[in-house]
Amino acid sequence: MDWFLANLDFIWLHTRLHLYQAVVPLVLGLIVAVPVAQFARLNAVVGSVLLTGSSILYTIPSLAMFVFLPVVLGTRVIDPVNVIVALAIYAFSLLVRATLDALNSIDDGVRQAAVAMGYTPVRRFLTVDLPLALPVLFAGLRVVSVTNISLVSVGALIGVPSLGTLFTDGLFRSFPTEIAVGIIIILLLALILDLLLVLAERLLTPWTRKVAVKGAPDAEIMALQAEVAGS
Amino acid sequence: MDYTSDNLFVQMWQWLTAPANWEGERGIPMRVAEHLGYTGLTMLIALAIAVPIGLYVGHTGRGRVVIVSGVGILRALPTLGLVFLFVLLTGLGLMPPIWALVLLAVPPLLSGIYAGISSVDRAVVDAARSMGMAEGQILLRVEVPNGLPVILGGVRAALLQVVSTVAVVAFINLGGLGVYLVEGTQLADYGRLFGGAVVITVLAIIVDLLMGLLQRIVVSPGLRTPDRVRPTGSGRQKAVASAQGGTT
Repeated sequence: MDWFLANLDFIWLHTRLHLYQAVVPLVLGLIVAVPVAQFARLNAVVGSVLLTGSSILYTIPSLAMFVFLPVVLGTRVIDPVNVIVALAIYAFSLLVRATLDALNSIDDGVRQAAVAMGYTPVRRFLTVDLPLALPVLFAGLRVVSVTNISLVSVGALIGVPSLGTLFTDGLFRSFPTEIAVGIIIILLLALILDLLLVLAERLLTPWTRKVAVKGAPDAEIMALQAEVAGS
Repeated sequence: MDYTSDNLFVQMWQWLTAPANWEGERGIPMRVAEHLGYTGLTMLIALAIAVPIGLYVGHTGRGRVVIVSGVGILRALPTLGLVFLFVLLTGLGLMPPIWALVLLAVPPLLSGIYAGISSVDRAVVDAARSMGMAEGQILLRVEVPNGLPVILGGVRAALLQVVSTVAVVAFINLGGLGVYLVEGTQLADYGRLFGGAVVITVLAIIVDLLMGLLQRIVVSPGLRTPDRVRPTGSGRQKAVASAQGGTT
């Protein structure tokens, strides 16, 4: 506790760096994954190439990815951009699959009804397909946000400052308190971000609450499934 | 090691193809064996914990809330911090980091087993019960085979995470393939650094592919029909199944 109070500035700085490196990839991954998933859905060949490609990318261990990216991007090894790009790649490969599954799970009757009512493809995608895909998409987002927050700390091994710096520094100085503080803050960040995502999902999908009683087990299993697929 | 070029890829290639790096206690095959040994040990312990709990909760439905929230919290734990913390608190040695890695492997295993069992159509389970099957028979002969694709999806996810993350034990001098990253950084030997990263990546991809192959072999042919052909099951269940398919 003494150490915590005496080093508030240091901890706060690294918390902000950590959050930044976790949230930016989440947003980037989402922005790229949604249109790509829709494109993949319309084109089976592109879709299968994409899914295979993204699952191979997902297989690359994060430490190795942090080593490769500076070469590919021409950045310095300790540049936070490497961590951000690496996590964005993981976020993308997970979200593209989640989005694709979500879009495929939509009842085709709903789509045809929208077409019959004269919706243009773009409007149909934005106002029919996408909202209906949100519950599954959010399940994926929640998994990505939790794993990202935990993975950012690995960057500290190659010198990118984050809360992981508290781990490497604590090990170097044989000071468990510092590591414990880092773990607790990371848990809190994960919890807060998860609550925000749950809140956002509730606000964006008001209709799911009405059927929640009937559909609860299904939705719950979906969330777990997404976790399994995600990890 | 002496390289004949400043080019990173040439250095990496020279490091990877140098015979000296493929023999002895510090050679690549030995490091791969260490790496896989830690991975296997972690998976065995994690399976021993997750299988009974997952089967029990999946079959009875009791303690579902505990599983769902527990898995969420476990997943948020940063493995790197845990490995270092356990080492500082309980001393160097094999087991502290292994326990930290077990905590990494348990959430996907539990989710997969629990979700696999509870994704089995209740009508099928009821039919088995009305045919006079005992609860144990229902679990092992109906629920497990039917839930196997999802269960193995969880095992595959856990294995991939562990085989990737085992690299961090090199930072506490336990060997494994992470050693090349540590040495490469310390010695500014970029051929070794990138060569090591390539070996780790290739190992992870091979392990994942083998697991995918196992998934195909073990899963009952009756479940292998493409989902869109199967008449039963809601769209959501199809999405669930395909999410589990891995690289299919």
